[in-house]
Order: sequence, then structure tokens, then C-alpha cells
Amino acid sequence: MSESTHKLRHFHGGLQLPRHKEESTRDPVLPIRVPSRLVVPLRQHIGESAEACVQPGEQVFKGQVIGHCDTYIGAAVHAPSSGRVVEIADYPVPHPSGLSAPCVVIETDGRENWGECRMAPIEDYLHADPVILRNRIREAGIVGLGGAAFPAAVKLTPRPGQALDCLIINAAECEPYITCDDMLIRSHANAVLEGIRILKQALQPRCCLIGIEDHMSAAIEALRKTLGGDEAEGIHIVPIPSLYPAGGERQLIQVLTGREVPSQGLPADIGMVCQNVGTAHAAYRAVALGEPLVSRMVTVTGRGVHHPRNLEVLIGTPISELVAAAEGYTNEVYRLIMGGPMMGFALPSDGIPVVKATNCILAATEEDVAPPGPVMPCIRCGECAVACPAQLLPQQLYWFARAKDFDKAQDYNLFDCIECGCCAYVCPSNIPLVQYYRFAKNEIWSQERERQKADIARERHEFRQARLEQEERDKAERLARKKAALAAKQDDGADDPKKAAIQAALERAKAKKAAQQTEQANSESADKEPSR
Amino acid sequence: MHFRTQSSPHMTPAHNVGQVMLRVIYALVPGTLAMTWYFGWGVLINVVLAVLLAVGMEALMLLMRKRPVIPTLGDYSAVVTGWLFALALPPLTPWWVTLVGIGFAIVVAKHLYGGLGYNPFNPAMVGYVVVLLSFPRELTLWLPPMGLAEHNFTPLQALGAIFLGQLPPGLTWDAITTATPLDLMKTELSMNRTISEIRENPLFGDFSGRGWEWIGNWFLLGGIALLFMRVITWHIPVAVLGSLAVTAGAFWIFDPDAFASPAFHVFSGAAILGAFFIATDPVSASTTPRGRIVYGIGIGVLIYAIRTWGGYPDAVAFAVLLMNMAAPTIDHYTRPRVYGHNPPPRRGDGSGP
Repeated sequence: MSESTHKLRHFHGGLQLPRHKEESTRDPVLPIRVPSRLVVPLRQHIGESAEACVQPGEQVFKGQVIGHCDTYIGAAVHAPSSGRVVEIADYPVPHPSGLSAPCVVIETDGRENWGECRMAPIEDYLHADPVILRNRIREAGIVGLGGAAFPAAVKLTPRPGQALDCLIINAAECEPYITCDDMLIRSHANAVLEGIRILKQALQPRCCLIGIEDHMSAAIEALRKTLGGDEAEGIHIVPIPSLYPAGGERQLIQVLTGREVPSQGLPADIGMVCQNVGTAHAAYRAVALGEPLVSRMVTVTGRGVHHPRNLEVLIGTPISELVAAAEGYTNEVYRLIMGGPMMGFALPSDGIPVVKATNCILAATEEDVAPPGPVMPCIRCGECAVACPAQLLPQQLYWFARAKDFDKAQDYNLFDCIECGCCAYVCPSNIPLVQYYRFAKNEIWSQERERQKADIARERHEFRQARLEQEERDKAERLARKKAALAAKQDDGADDPKKAAIQAALERAKAKKAAQQTEQANSESADKEPSR
Repeated sequence: MHFRTQSSPHMTPAHNVGQVMLRVIYALVPGTLAMTWYFGWGVLINVVLAVLLAVGMEALMLLMRKRPVIPTLGDYSAVVTGWLFALALPPLTPWWVTLVGIGFAIVVAKHLYGGLGYNPFNPAMVGYVVVLLSFPRELTLWLPPMGLAEHNFTPLQALGAIFLGQLPPGLTWDAITTATPLDLMKTELSMNRTISEIRENPLFGDFSGRGWEWIGNWFLLGGIALLFMRVITWHIPVAVLGSLAVTAGAFWIFDPDAFASPAFHVFSGAAILGAFFIATDPVSASTTPRGRIVYGIGIGVLIYAIRTWGGYPDAVAFAVLLMNMAAPTIDHYTRPRVYGHNPPPRRGDGSGP
């Protein structure tokens, strides 16, 4: 359809949240200086961890591969700047549980020396073979920069025999405070659009929609100017209403196309691929400039810092450096959050490094995040069910999770919960609903693991039991054969090669024994019967 | 620098239970004042007494259950329970009836089940049904509405009647009390009088009972305010009043002389109060959108059935309690279709080029 206004659909529920976007968009993007030390986690993506391929003491160039990843779902890790590897050890990484994981620590030399590590730009990339583009994006270690960090190349691999319906570019930055996509588009509209064209070339979709929240007017304007209108080259800029969580993959697909991703399924199941606008930008740099993913845009904001703004940051930079670039903490700072206030997680310290998935550092004050009162009983008001974008019944899920009735929770589709936090936000009883759902999911997963373990143990036991029995039988058989052979030898001394001959000999022996000797000989021959 | 961590979301929620209940209380004010206007100071005294008793008993139960008293009282749910209970009482109900009713509402129907959020039945209605069944005489001591009453009670006289059972000299209970329009309609219909004859009675106003119709309007106003404040959704009130009107309308069209009009049913007794304020009690109602419609229709039809063929002139309390019982089952069968489950057939696709 080529009408200039795209027909929009609605997703269920959603929230109008205070946006807090103006604070961090007043000033232009600031590239921050190369820190003296970079801590680069080897696993910054969904999938297997990369394996370090450098040694402590080794000099590395900017863009040099420091972590290999051979698995299909995985991403390589590159040195964000030139310098010397000082250590490969466990350091705290950005993770909800605050765990430590293997990191490559680089002492930078400040020269930003690429050496030979910049890849060759791909010529005429808008007509290049999709396979070449896909491989380059994989080599560059690009993951989804919207926050989920799923390896981008995997999503760019079409299923055999499937024509892709629609490539959706997610520029709907729906969480409050976050503005890195907004500022990225404003400052690099050309590169972003080239990146989108590259993704389009790699996927060959029937259509390409850019979903962008309608309040991001400067970014929309920049895209329009660069594209030369609302729609050109099969790329369609579609402003969508600002309603949290419109930027959720499933919700965005629903708003733009009216279609739903099947439960437990992927967008590819309905012929769609969704990529973040930051991912498109990274793809451009990898394909057109040969640069792997070593830096990204990060919003530093909240009333906990003096000067909220957007920064161009090397992966591995400690968060404290970002805070310093935002002119430091205010006295009110109370909680440090990576990501947005609805789905982000709190960090235990600012020594933790920026990773590929870090879109926002929110320094919140107590007033911003403190619960307004004690947790009260659920009064089943149903506000949560009204707000739920997955159209679940959060109030019922809460009861089941609380009662540890996990079967019932699954019956009520617990696993369709996207943990967006809408239910907890509207709950008048201040119940931390999302925590209950996470708890229930984790319990179910661990039960599942236990069951699998038990299954394996049982299989092993049964196998061992069967093996022992088999051995026992084999042994008995061998013994019996030996005995028989021995008896045959004793009796007639002949070494008949053929079974029939032995049999005949045995018969003869038996007959002889029966005729001549005692009953003992009879019972001996009877013993042989069962083993035959 | 180190920080304390906490699980998401990290945004201060927008509402709390106390605010919700306070809004319900504000919305009850116009109707309560109208009721006081038509039926005298006794209405207000009942409300104050019931609220004080409810809050007192709530505090006592919380103390005995070793629960935080002040934060829990701050949810104002006891105030709402006491207030709704009082609105169901005749204006000069003796104080001990209120005591017994509130006792059952707060102690038995609410706290013995585990307190706010755990009660399967609407506490105010449990209290009301208990006193209605236990003290039928006291619960029929309705006064005629203003304009028909021969004696207007001063606040002191009302206090005397409620607390000491004393009427001003020269008055007897029989002389001052009268039937409610619903009551009258029921008894007269049972004596085979026609509706048009019955409506000759001065108790009837333009389309319902005199006074009652205006009280209904004011509660309706409060209810609409609740809708706009998004304290309640439209499902239950529309389903209750809609099904009551449709059921009444069907019988009325069939025989307008033997069955009262839909307007009479909707604006009489506690129908509007019940539809907006009682049936919408979230704890004991159905909680799914479709379930709320089923639940409301059940209440509306039951109100009509009990009023018309049952033993009581008004039936909101019984209808609500009966549907409370059905709420969990209704919830089970009216779950919404979850995102991504059996998606509806694909319509014309707007995404294609």
C-alpha cells in the first residue's frame, strides 16, 4: 500500500509515562575521552561466551579481535582501543544479579591505533551479496543495541524458502529517560539510513518500516530530510503514538502491522525481522567503514547527575567515567540503573563497564524510585489487567506465584509476560508484581532443570542396570559354552568344527552315560539346557 | 561509588489503595446528602455511627491479628464498608442493629477471611443481610420522604430515637413509619392491584418513588464521577443497570399493569447505589473485563427476579452476594485472549508495499 499515512493498530493496555526526555537532549552528543583502562567482558550478548584469544602482556590494536565466538548464536569481541592487555580475569559485569564474569582488561595507550585491524570496506554494498553483508556483520560482533543484545547476524539469516515480509526498524524509544536512539538519529541520520539500506539488502524484505515515537519530532524530521520524504526506496517512516511499551518488539509489530508474534515464537514465524536503529548504524560502520562494534551511544541522565546528556562511549569504559562526563553526581543520587526505569536493572557500583547493550545510565534520586508506601494486599482492582500489553491477568498470576501454584501460573500464560513493569506501576497496593513473576519463572526453570537432571540420572541408572544384566547373561553364556565344550572334549575327545557334530557327540555321550553311569551324569547334562 | 540495588521497575507508582477508597468516599457524598435531605438527620447519624464502629472494629481486629494498624486504616476500606452499610439502613435504625451488622461485616466477613483483599463476599452486604434476616421489624422502619412526612425529626430527636429508642412525645412508630415504594409495589401487586392504581399513592413520584428517584440521580452522579476518575470501569454498572432495565422492560411490555416499568426498577431502592458502589467492590467481584459483564448481568437479573418473585422488596444485597459466590468461576471462563495465542485470522495487511 502506498498511501502516505500508514494505518496503525493498537496493542492492549500500555501506559502514558512521564517522559523525562528533554533533560538529556538539550546538548549535542559528546564523544568522551579514551579511559586509561578498559574492562571488556567476553560475553556481552545472548548466547555462548566468546573465548579470549589474546594473552596478558600482549599489545592490541583498536578493533583487534580479543574474543572469538564460534557458535552460531554468539558474537566476537574486539579491542575498543589500542593498548596492552594486562589481565584476563573475572570482574563485575552488568547483570541483574551483580555477578562477575571473564573480562579482558586493556591498559590503553591513548593513540587509538587501528593497525591492520580495520576490515576492508565492502564496495558497492547496496548491491552486495546478502551473504557477504551478513558475514561482515557477524565478524564485526554486532548485537541488537536496543538492550537485548541478540547477535544481529542470526536475525539477518533468512529461513530456507521463506520470503521475508517486513523489516521493522525499531526507533520507538518508549522507556522514560532514554534518548540515545533519538540523538543517534539526529546526529547521524545519514549513517543510520545507510545502515537500514544495508539491512534491507541483507534481508530482501517486501517492505521496510521505521517505527518511531511521534514525540521524537527532531529525529523524524532528520530521517525525512535524509530519505527525501515519508516514503522512498520502499522504506517507510511511521510515527507511532508514544505509549509505553510501544518499543517492545511484539508491541511494535502489532502497532505497525496489526499482526501478533505467536506465543513462544519469533517474529520470523510471521515473516518479520525487527532491528534496532542503533544496530543499523553499527551495521553501516562495519560494512561501509570496516569498523567492528567498539563504541556506542549512551544516555547518562536523571536527577542524580549534574548534566544529563548523550555520550559516544567505548565499550568497556567504566560507568564512573560517564558520570564524570556528565559533571558528576548530585547529592541526591540514590540508585544507579542500567537501561530505563521500567525494565532496567540496578547496578551495585559505578566501576562496572559499559557493554554493547548499555543504552542508558540513569542516576535516580530516592524521590524518583522510592515506593510511596508499604505493600498492601491485592484488592483485585484489575488495573494491572487493563495495563498489561500481553493481555494477561496479572492479578491472577500474582496469586498463583504467591501460592507457588506454578502449574496454574503457566496455565495463565506466565511465560507470555515480557516483564515490562506496567502492572507494578499501576498497582495501587504497591505490590512488586514483576518480582513475583520472575520468581515464578525461575522456580519453574529450576524445576525443569531438576526434572531433566533426574531424567538423565534415571536413564543412566537404567542403562547401567541393563548393562550389568547383559554382562551377567554374557558371563553365564560364556561359562555354559565353556562347560559344554569341556564336557564334549572330555567325552569323546573329538574336535568337531560343526555344531551338528558336537550335538551328535553330546547325544551319543548322553546316551552312553545314561546307559552306563550314575544319575549324576544325567543332572550335569540337564544343567546345560537353559543356557542353550 | 556503591549503590543499593532493587529489582525493576524503578518508577514510583501512580496510585495507592487509600486514594482509590477516598475517591469512592467523595463520590458517595452527593447521594448521602440527598438521602439526608429526603429522610432526615438519622441517615447522617447512621453513617457516622457505622463508620466509627467499622474503623474501631477494624483497628481492634488488626491489633488482635498483630498487623500494622495505622497504615492499614489508611486504606479507608473500613470507612467505605461502614458507609455503604449505613446507606442500606432505615433512617432511625436502633444503634445496636448497626453494631451487630458492622460486627459481622468487619469481624466475620472481612477479618476472619484474612482481611482486605481476601474476603470472598462483600462485607457491607454480609452485614446488611445478617441484620435484615435477624431484625426484620427494625429494618422496615422507613420514614416517608420529605414533603410527605408529618413530623420532621431534629438532630437531637433523631439521636434519641436511634440511641434510646425514644420518639418525641405524641408519636408512635406505627404513625411515623411507612413502606418504601418497592415494598408498597410488592404488597399491592400481590393483592392484584394494577400498576396504574398503585401509582396513585403519594409515595410515587415522576417515574419512581418520591425522593428515591432524586437520591438515585445523585448516586448516579457520584458513580459517573468514579468512572471519570477511573476508579471503576463501565462494565459492572452498565451490565447491572442494563440487564435490570432490559429484564424489567421485557415484562413491562408484556403486561404494563402487572409489572413495574424499567425506570421504576432502576431508580428504586439500592439499584443505582448497588450498581456503581457495591457490585463494583473489586475484591469480591469478577476481575476480568468480560467476567465483569457476566457478573453484572447476573446481579441485574437476580435483582429483578428477587424483587418480582422473591420474598424481599429489594434484592441488591442478595443478588450481589450470590454473584460473589460465582465470581471465581466466572473469572475462570472469561480469561482474555493472551497476545500471540490463537491470533485472529489475518485481515488485509496494511504493511505491504
